[in-house]
Amino acid sequence: MSAAAIAVRDLTRTFGTFTAVNHVSFEVHPGEVFGFLGANGAGKTTAIRMLTGLLAPTSGSAVVAGYDVARDTDALKQVIGYMSQRFSLYEDLTPRENVRLYGGIYGLSLGEIRTRSDQMMERLGLQAVAKRRVSELPFGWRQKLAFSIALLHEPRVVFLDEPTSGVDPVTRRQFWELIYEAASRGITVLVTTHYMDEAEYCDRLSIMVDGRIGAIGTTQSLKREFDVATIDDLFVKLVRPGASVPSAGAPA
Amino acid sequence: MSALRGLLVKETFHILRDRRTLLVLLALPVVQVVLFGYAIRTDVNSVRLAIVDPSPDAVTMNLRNRFAGTGVFEVVADVRRLADVEPLFQTGAAQVALVFDETFAEDVRRGGTAHLQVITDATDPNSGGLLQAYTQALIDDYRRSLTPPASRIVIVPQVQMRFNPTRASSNLFVPGLMAFVLTIVSALMTAISLTREKETGTMEALLVSPLRPWEIIVGKVTPYLVIGFVGALGILVEARLVFGVPTRGSVMLLLAEVLLYILVSLSFGVLVSARTSSQRVAMMAAMLTTMLPNILLSGFIFPLESMPQPLQIMSNIVAGRWFVTILRSIMLKGAGIELLWRETLILGVMAAVLLVASTRSLRERLDL
Repeated sequence: MSAAAIAVRDLTRTFGTFTAVNHVSFEVHPGEVFGFLGANGAGKTTAIRMLTGLLAPTSGSAVVAGYDVARDTDALKQVIGYMSQRFSLYEDLTPRENVRLYGGIYGLSLGEIRTRSDQMMERLGLQAVAKRRVSELPFGWRQKLAFSIALLHEPRVVFLDEPTSGVDPVTRRQFWELIYEAASRGITVLVTTHYMDEAEYCDRLSIMVDGRIGAIGTTQSLKREFDVATIDDLFVKLVRPGASVPSAGAPA
Repeated sequence: MSALRGLLVKETFHILRDRRTLLVLLALPVVQVVLFGYAIRTDVNSVRLAIVDPSPDAVTMNLRNRFAGTGVFEVVADVRRLADVEPLFQTGAAQVALVFDETFAEDVRRGGTAHLQVITDATDPNSGGLLQAYTQALIDDYRRSLTPPASRIVIVPQVQMRFNPTRASSNLFVPGLMAFVLTIVSALMTAISLTREKETGTMEALLVSPLRPWEIIVGKVTPYLVIGFVGALGILVEARLVFGVPTRGSVMLLLAEVLLYILVSLSFGVLVSARTSSQRVAMMAAMLTTMLPNILLSGFIFPLESMPQPLQIMSNIVAGRWFVTILRSIMLKGAGIELLWRETLILGVMAAVLLVASTRSLRERLDL
């Protein structure tokens, strides 16, 4: 399956005696919005760090956009975008200056940077504040800007690590519209989230439990397979096996 | 290269927008040198002078007036017997005593050997040495002014350094101070810069990007090199104007060496920054690892020659030690590169090693 945007096979990472990611295998198709769920410490961030070439796998393999994450790191970095859990823009620079910086880093010409910067300011409605410092923008705007900048160099795969935590519901919805727009252009999106309603927006999702993938599939198939009403219930069922979860058939 | 240029622009903007920090970075070196300089130099102003004149006379009055006329000395006691100044020294009421021989005036008039004793409180070797030198210069002036020139008058100041018979010169001191201040300011600047990005999370964005570790390091160091250099120029001007330290050698060579030394210090800061994860830790680490070695082992205050062998060996890894030698040689002795190539080479190698090590630790964090 070389056509997969992300192909992970037996990916493992240990830190000393602790196994953060334990023989994980999954595939993500091009243009898919893939949800990556899991409790804190389940190994999501470690997995993403390996997929973005920040961390070397202990064993197993991962191929992203056709490049092996352990061997072709340089080529890999050109074709992926990444928006970290923490804020990835420079707050003392203006939106345009951030665009110029990242455009330069990804080797765009000044002309391209200017064009894309104009388009981006217009699309995000940031023209009025383009000359203000990022620190003065509302948090939701910043996240949208950060996402757009992660897409600036037209990556084939983009990794979003909890992009919407702390964002209000309206902005979250707008944020997801940006995600769909990117996916419709053929960009593969891997997104981690804590919001279960967002999980339902994903084409497919996986839930990591203690370094392993506990469940993977579309939301419909997962609900059927595990006999739960919502992804929220499925999550609790997987993460805390002892907890009582109402089944889909039972009255609520 | 456009990636690197983008980084440089960004770093420059960071620096320029943080006005307060920029001001601190530029003013700190100059202010520190003044503060330290005066603190240690205790400054030749309002020096408390005691005069022991057993037989006051027009001749002794002439010399006494010369001291009073400088505006530097303040006569706190005018006594007849040497024994009377002893308690003044012990309480610190007097810093310098001018003790005329009983037959001083007579001897001067006769053209014989006149005796004048100068006693200096040298509890603080730096100020003691300075007072000593200043007093001696005044007496020399006086001696030269005596007419007719044919006169064979010899005044022998019997120097007696109280409490601390060793003395250090202030010309030696200011270059050392410059090295000290430059090290700390430079190392601190870069120590904070990488850790700040780690704290805010932008570091990850840079690491995920196609930027190479060396580009990140160069992007960090270059703008601060400019700032450090501007600060250093301030210190050099200050050394000349405020402390009167001459620059006898080539100014170009001096500036080149200063630039090289700032590079070494900045590189050290970057290494600290690459190996720590928070700004606070980086700052503490940079302070501790630059401050103490540069005070103790650079030859800045304590002469290296008088140290035990193991400390002398340890001092070799303190970059400031080589820089202090370079500064003193160029500024005071007028030495050229032919005498300083060894020290220069050592600093160059240190900069290279530190930069390579920082690049490697950035790569290690990537864990590739």
